[in-house]
Amino acid sequence: MIASRALPSGIKWCWAELGLALFLLGIGGVVMVDSLRVGIGWAADGPRAGYFPFYVGLVLSLVSACIAVRQLLAWAIAHQAQPYMVQAQQLRDLAAVLVPTTLYVASIWVLGIYLPSALLIAYFMWRQGGYRWFVIGLMSIGFSLCCFVVFERWFLAPLPKGPLEHWMGF
Amino acid sequence: MGGFAVAMSLPNLAFMLLGILLGVLIGVLPGLGGANGVAILLPLTFSMNPVAAIIMLSSIYWGALFGGAITSILFNIPGEPWSVATTFDGYPMAQRGHASRALTAAFTSSFVGAMFATLLITFLAPLLARFALKFGPPEYFAIQLLTFCSFVGMSQEAPLKTIASMMFGFALAAVGLDSITGQLRLTFGSTNLLKGFDFLIAVIGLFGIGEILLTVEEGLAFHGRSAKINMKVVWQTWVELLRYWKTFLRSVLVGCWMGITPGGATPASFMSYGLARRMSKEPESFGQGNVEGVVAPETAAHAAGTAALLPMLTLGIPGSPTAAVLLGGLLIWGLQPGPMLFIEHKDFVWGLIASMYLANFVGLLVVLTTVPFWAAILRIPFSVIAPVMIVLCAIGAYTVHSAVFDIAMMLVFGVLGYLLKKLRYPLAPMVLALVLGDKAEEGFRQSMLLSQGQLAIFWSNGLVGGMTGLALILLVWPLVSKLVVSR
Repeated sequence: MIASRALPSGIKWCWAELGLALFLLGIGGVVMVDSLRVGIGWAADGPRAGYFPFYVGLVLSLVSACIAVRQLLAWAIAHQAQPYMVQAQQLRDLAAVLVPTTLYVASIWVLGIYLPSALLIAYFMWRQGGYRWFVIGLMSIGFSLCCFVVFERWFLAPLPKGPLEHWMGF
Repeated sequence: MGGFAVAMSLPNLAFMLLGILLGVLIGVLPGLGGANGVAILLPLTFSMNPVAAIIMLSSIYWGALFGGAITSILFNIPGEPWSVATTFDGYPMAQRGHASRALTAAFTSSFVGAMFATLLITFLAPLLARFALKFGPPEYFAIQLLTFCSFVGMSQEAPLKTIASMMFGFALAAVGLDSITGQLRLTFGSTNLLKGFDFLIAVIGLFGIGEILLTVEEGLAFHGRSAKINMKVVWQTWVELLRYWKTFLRSVLVGCWMGITPGGATPASFMSYGLARRMSKEPESFGQGNVEGVVAPETAAHAAGTAALLPMLTLGIPGSPTAAVLLGGLLIWGLQPGPMLFIEHKDFVWGLIASMYLANFVGLLVVLTTVPFWAAILRIPFSVIAPVMIVLCAIGAYTVHSAVFDIAMMLVFGVLGYLLKKLRYPLAPMVLALVLGDKAEEGFRQSMLLSQGQLAIFWSNGLVGGMTGLALILLVWPLVSKLVVSR
């Protein structure tokens, strides 16, 4: 799928730790800023809407900053034996699941849920399972139909539908 | 007890059986966990009446508790986080051909643990509920503070990361419409974020998609041992287990304690295993296939999982992530957990408790008889199971609010869940913060209103002061113990 030369040999722990800590620091900051906008002081009827979230954001930022600093100070020491959190091959395996899933979710907007679900199952069975077309078709369409019956008719929980279903009259 | 009459009605029994079967399936499939499974099925129960719904959901919980052991023992793959400790001795036993013994031991231990905890609930719940009637906003906030601080104090993960995880959960909970002032917080003009982040979406993403990603990354292949259970082995094992009554007792106590305090089934199983090994006369035999190594974690995990429902029902404090999801369900149905639940909705509560007893018996029978079936399911190749689970998670995410946006959110939570888990940020405090965030904030603000801004209200009487004090002690405990140790 992706040329092995283009991928790094993996993601190292030190970068992942730092990245996540900085991400959380950012979230904390955003929360604080928005709380200030709403107001963090006292109104006549008690604390204002931003009071609680502001301190939540503050603690989150402080703690994330500590984690980030700790990581910088102990750069690469903690995981010397295994510096990679996830290696290239594992990244490939993850991408093999994440990319189709992301496309699946994106397509639900346009095509409803039944068609993309059948396509997702078919794709996995073809790509990773190597089944014959007959089996793939049976399984993927069968499962989608099952879901239709169980959720639409039995549980009365309508699921998103796309042009195909509309064309069929649902 | 009228509860049994309610529980024994035919439709409710049918739901119980269905729930147990679904639960075992969920427990068996890694990726579709207890909390996640209940979260997916929760919106579907809106069309059912609350008693039937909660019976089915708690039966699912039960089934998942039982089911996790099957894959741990046969495949060395824990189907649930609380069955990890069961793999230590369960799988070696299976490798030596004692799979049936291990499975019987596991199921029986689960039964004993859950039964004891259910008895505990039966007798303690009304007392606790009456006690909780004395609670005002400061007491409720104090107990939630205690809950969260004990996560920090007793967690196995780094306290800083636990706090970060928790705060992140609170931040997510704050998004949307503020219930008291009606102002919009952290929505940045997006209509999709108006309703905030639903904990169900977060749970399905974190525990569902996240687990699938972890399974993929770890490259787990399902090569399992086969097992069929016949009655002779069952009897022999039961006789053998009588020897371990001390282990049972100890594990039950550990489990109930960890269930009532927010710890949950997972830490309970590890703690119980560790204790059993330390107190055993042959500690080296643990990890090689000692049946006590299966009894201890399973009993504790089930006792904890069940006991977690006690504070959930009486105080509105869930003792585990799955209890948190059940709590969310109760709130959605308009059933406020707490003392009033026992007064205003007596048949609901007692129907639930009665169904727990029944589900325990039925569950034990079901699992003992259907093991080969579940083992066969895991032989379905990953290429089929993975997309099916993804589709089910997507459907689950959608049915919460009928919003396609939520499916995208689920995916985001999934990736986040994978990263957080890899980097050892505990997910349970985050989920709990997401579920309880609004209530905790409400408790805090109401207390502040009562006291006109004085924080001292949290020390105003013995009960509140005690809880707040304990909370603060637990919060700084990791720091203190580190200092004490380094000296």
